Amino acid sequence: MIPEMGEFALILAFCFSVLLATIPLYGATVNNAVWMSFAKPLARGQFLFVAISFVCLAYAFSQDDFTVKYVAEHSNSQLPMQFKLSAVWGGHEGSLLLWAFILSGWTVAVSLFSRALPLDMLARVLAVMGIIAVGFDLFLLETSSPFLRLLPEAPADGADLNPLLQDFGLIVHPPMLYMGYVGFSVAFAFAIAALLSGRLDAAWARWSRPWTNLAWAFLGMGITLGSWWAYYELGWGGWWFWDPVENASLMPWLVGTALIHSLAVTEKRGVFKSWTVLLAIFAFSLSLLGTFLVRSGVLTSVHAFASDPKRGLFILVLLAITIGGSLTLYAFKAPNVKSEALFSWASRETFLLINNLLLTVMAATVLLGTLYPLLLDAMGGGKISVGPPYFNALFVPIMGTMAVALGIATAARWRETSLALFINTLWKPAAASVLFALVSAFTYGKEFHFAVFIGMFLSFWVIFTVTQDFLHKFNNANSILEKLSKLSLSYYGMMVAHFGVAVVAIGITLVSHYSEERDIRMAVGDTLDLAGYHFEFKGSTHVEGENYVAERGALLISKNGTEVTTLNPEKRNYNAQRSMMTEAAIDPGLWRDLYVALGEPLDNGAWAVRIQYKPFVRWLWLGGILIAAGGLLTVADKRYRKKSAVI
Amino acid sequence: MTPKRKKRLTIILAIVLGSSIAVGLTLYALKQNINLFYSTTQVAKGEAPQDARIRVGGMVIKGSLKRSPNSLRVEFKITNYEHDVTVVFTGILPDLFREGQGIIAQGKLDASGIFQADEVLAKHDENYMPPEIKDSLKHKPAEVAK
Repeated sequence: MIPEMGEFALILAFCFSVLLATIPLYGATVNNAVWMSFAKPLARGQFLFVAISFVCLAYAFSQDDFTVKYVAEHSNSQLPMQFKLSAVWGGHEGSLLLWAFILSGWTVAVSLFSRALPLDMLARVLAVMGIIAVGFDLFLLETSSPFLRLLPEAPADGADLNPLLQDFGLIVHPPMLYMGYVGFSVAFAFAIAALLSGRLDAAWARWSRPWTNLAWAFLGMGITLGSWWAYYELGWGGWWFWDPVENASLMPWLVGTALIHSLAVTEKRGVFKSWTVLLAIFAFSLSLLGTFLVRSGVLTSVHAFASDPKRGLFILVLLAITIGGSLTLYAFKAPNVKSEALFSWASRETFLLINNLLLTVMAATVLLGTLYPLLLDAMGGGKISVGPPYFNALFVPIMGTMAVALGIATAARWRETSLALFINTLWKPAAASVLFALVSAFTYGKEFHFAVFIGMFLSFWVIFTVTQDFLHKFNNANSILEKLSKLSLSYYGMMVAHFGVAVVAIGITLVSHYSEERDIRMAVGDTLDLAGYHFEFKGSTHVEGENYVAERGALLISKNGTEVTTLNPEKRNYNAQRSMMTEAAIDPGLWRDLYVALGEPLDNGAWAVRIQYKPFVRWLWLGGILIAAGGLLTVADKRYRKKSAVI
Repeated sequence: MTPKRKKRLTIILAIVLGSSIAVGLTLYALKQNINLFYSTTQVAKGEAPQDARIRVGGMVIKGSLKRSPNSLRVEFKITNYEHDVTVVFTGILPDLFREGQGIIAQGKLDASGIFQADEVLAKHDENYMPPEIKDSLKHKPAEVAK
């Protein structure tokens, strides 16, 4: 009964979304307050029924109801409870339901926290989100219902969740990522509502900003978690593969980053308005594209699911309607938008424009590298793949330029900045960065790499300029505490996020140049010296887990004769799917990770072993967390809490 | 020209210049890093280039896997049920590498027609068949798979 209830609730949610998509929008068009006021209750009703549907599916998982096809395919009676629940989004249908659930959650959040919003604006925003929900609910019901039954011949036990996904990473990574993807629908809805009403002004940017920053922070967190998960769970110690699915999440993040900066200019200075709207449209379109790429099975990727082409076509049509529709609207409305202010070349506006250009170019190059193989194949040009060197060759110089511009921008003022001010402010941090970079590049590691010098220079440059700007705010301060509390949370958020950029840059620079790794054959008692550490293989033992059996190796690690730790990597064999899984063992540290993984068993108790030394690898994720935390801080800024919008 | 027009012209020129540099670099990088896929038939007939980084895919023939006793060098044969190619790889094979399953190897073809792989990819989903391999298998006689 429960699964049928879930299906029924989903149908009801679909009906609510149809009403939400039409009634308030009609009300806003004819300026009828009663019709517009339907928006809030409809948004809540829709949320309620999607939530019921979601809970029903989770319940079916917890009860091992293998008569439900989706449960039978993605769960197993032996699966530990937390993974049974996270298996809800372990496959195509359930993750789409999660998508719809999160969308209705964002919709209801907008209806709750937008008391300052004029009624017609709110009605339009909620209606646009309703339109998106119509598309997705229909998609779920039509092609991907998770509630289909396998009757009368239900399997006795489920096929089990893919062992790679039986991990803490999977519990949190997809919801975070989806919070980000779907969160951009709010920015999109605000942009479309503003276009419809013709009120593209500073107030619009102010309403849209906290939502956009929040979605962006979630997406950044999701990407960081994904990278961390790939590092320890995929088994081979890489942290970014330029895999099409990773790219799919990176593109909306890049455009989203451009968007939050451009929104800041629009709010403060009233310029870049139509550009901001365009970015909002693209950020959400790229989120949809990401969903399409992952779900349609067109990609050869670690994440790709074998799936049904009908689904791919459906999302493609949805994508075409979203992009086509919103760009058409944009083409009609955007020419009426006028900038309110002028600015000169040497101004903060220009630097934010540079930021936007570079980020958009980056997103475009990633898009090209991801889609080019698909397009070429579709046009009969043969099967190709684009390798990581392509992305690195383009990404690294653009990132570097970004970091330089970020530092200079801290000296720039709105409207106009004199050259003398730039030079006076920046020569000290520039000199200090060169010095620090030289010292660190010469002292760290065995040899000097010019690339390390550049990477460290950029990182120090960002750190010093951002810090100097912060200290600058204390000139003529009576008491430090007073000043500290006077700076807005938005300012702190910006600072934390920009520090995060430097931390990521340090991580990338050092881990790319000083990592050491060996794949070797190790019999019991064999040793290896790597990066000053001494690894001794102590053999392997047989262990049994809740739903798997494993061979557990033991490696004793010492440095200069003193024991550091013993690592126990595992090779697991999951009972239900009979599939092998590498479970790496890591000794984490702020300065370096020691990483060991078992390859295959060889004869006489020997193993193929991968041993890695990864300096500063944690900084990548630490930086990612800082960037996302910066985004969260800005959302908490109290100027967004004011009841009425002050312009 | 009025100063305003002059400014506009500079902006447009800068954008044109910037985007053409970007496009040029992109195409250059793309050209250097495209890995073409070849079927085992194309390799056997000598249609695949030597010394270029390419991808070859096929099913691993059962019983063809040979390990060298004291290193991580492995050798195996892949097939599309018409022609076979020998692949040599030194390193750790992915978890889902198994005889009888589809894999993609990335690397270079040497003068003797042996594929020197530096990367072997096997998919995480057992039912999933990389589209490249699926297309290169024209028919699937069961006796070869066994």
